Amino acid sequence: MLIFECPYCGVYADETELQAGGEAHLKRFGPGSDDESFEGYLFMRKNPKGVHLERWRHSFGCGKWFHAARCTMTLEVFGTYSAQTLEPPKALVEKIKAKRPKWSWREFGGAAT
Amino acid sequence: MRRFSAFAIAREATRYHSGWERHWRAPTPKKKYDVIIVGAGGHGLATAWHLGKHYGITNVAIIEKGWLGGGNTGRNTTIIRSNYLQDPSAAIYEKSRSLYETMSQDLNYNVMFSPRGVIMLAQTHHEVRGYQRTAHANALQGVTTEWINPARVKELCPIMNVEGPRYPVLGGLWQARGGTARHDAVAWGYARACSDMGMDVIQQCEVKGVRKSGGKVVGVDTTKGAIDCDKLGMVVAGHASTLAEMAGFRLPMESVALQALVSEPIKPCMDIVVMANTVHGYLSQSDKGEMVIGGGTDGFNNYTQRGSFHHIEETVRALNETFPILSRLKMLRQWGGIVDVTGDRSPILSKTPVEGVFVNCGWGTGGFKAIPGSGFAMAELIAKGGSPLTNEFSMYRFREGKFIDESVAAGVAH
Repeated sequence: MLIFECPYCGVYADETELQAGGEAHLKRFGPGSDDESFEGYLFMRKNPKGVHLERWRHSFGCGKWFHAARCTMTLEVFGTYSAQTLEPPKALVEKIKAKRPKWSWREFGGAAT
Repeated sequence: MRRFSAFAIAREATRYHSGWERHWRAPTPKKKYDVIIVGAGGHGLATAWHLGKHYGITNVAIIEKGWLGGGNTGRNTTIIRSNYLQDPSAAIYEKSRSLYETMSQDLNYNVMFSPRGVIMLAQTHHEVRGYQRTAHANALQGVTTEWINPARVKELCPIMNVEGPRYPVLGGLWQARGGTARHDAVAWGYARACSDMGMDVIQQCEVKGVRKSGGKVVGVDTTKGAIDCDKLGMVVAGHASTLAEMAGFRLPMESVALQALVSEPIKPCMDIVVMANTVHGYLSQSDKGEMVIGGGTDGFNNYTQRGSFHHIEETVRALNETFPILSRLKMLRQWGGIVDVTGDRSPILSKTPVEGVFVNCGWGTGGFKAIPGSGFAMAELIAKGGSPLTNEFSMYRFREGKFIDESVAAGVAH
């Protein structure tokens, strides 16, 4: 069972206490954007075999959304962080890179998805 | 290839069964093929077989990272039905169900297709309305289904408790010609028939890259070296987005784990398939006597091919109320498969931005029942560049807003 530390209330929460919310750090493309960006925002998702940054909600706890870095191959959880940010914290990125040297997070403000 | 027959059994019985042949060859890859199919699961092998059977294309390689039929083909709960709401889905799934009826003869391989009937239980009033609507839609599509009342459900499945306080059975959508088949045999039968047509089934050969020239595919790099091809079919379920990335495009799908479990074998007690979508429980009894139980998917991206324990608990707890007989059964095995789920829970059979590359994925939690139909349609798509069965399942339908929304129609289950 996955266990995450909720960055808001500090509880170590089991998977059953949480709800998965999909890929984190999506950039919104609304009315006026071109078709491809809009499609990307709505439907195209990263589906990595490896490190994935995603949204989770502590729904049977404090109710807050937060972000987590998790490996989809091993289910290892690298850490959790606040949802009030547009990029993962540097310390977490370095922690992941120490274990997965080839991994890199997309450049800030980069591609649509 | 020596054909299987009653005569062959008698012949081999007189000589200590020494004359049975290997079902398929284990060739080394050639330098070039007309078509390479990536993924030797049911869908990939069915695609190759239909290419040879209907279009005479036999210079084909089917390459597989692991072993033949070792992915979702060997991990599902073998349910076959075609009672879908949307027309494009009903068309391809009904084609598929009808092909299952003659598959053993077509392949000369006993796939143990058992049209024992499938009930989709309605346990909430929403489901009652939903399935009555599906029954009407099926009547228009030419798919034989029928809405039945709780008394008829009880008659078809006496071990069911239809008066449960929490999830009473309010009726069901009955498809008498649905059923099950032996999933391994489907893969093995296709592989044997493909090998017999001169196709190469190459196992333990992982694709590492897709080679392109001027926007057109020219071959693949594999762990057994580079292989050239004119056309490439990607039929790899959960790993479709990984492979698409190699070819340089993206797919609107995510991979999640779906799990199933089986009980110890017991005497025959249920001769139909029951799907209870409200509680995420799918139940049938195998020929060995095991109760085969399908569960729900995890909510997060996952490539680990194993399920979560809390889902077993949820599935079994809910089924226990509807099937009290299960409560004392021991469960023998539990496993997971990685299914590829799209935004509208319908598959993608499509051309791609790379010329010569075709993709067949997104069957999500319901791929097994679609194997022959998917292969039939995919072969037409590869050979002729389009098929009436696949036109609606284009990967560009999301951009156009032309969804085939089975997540609304079927709830979660396929």
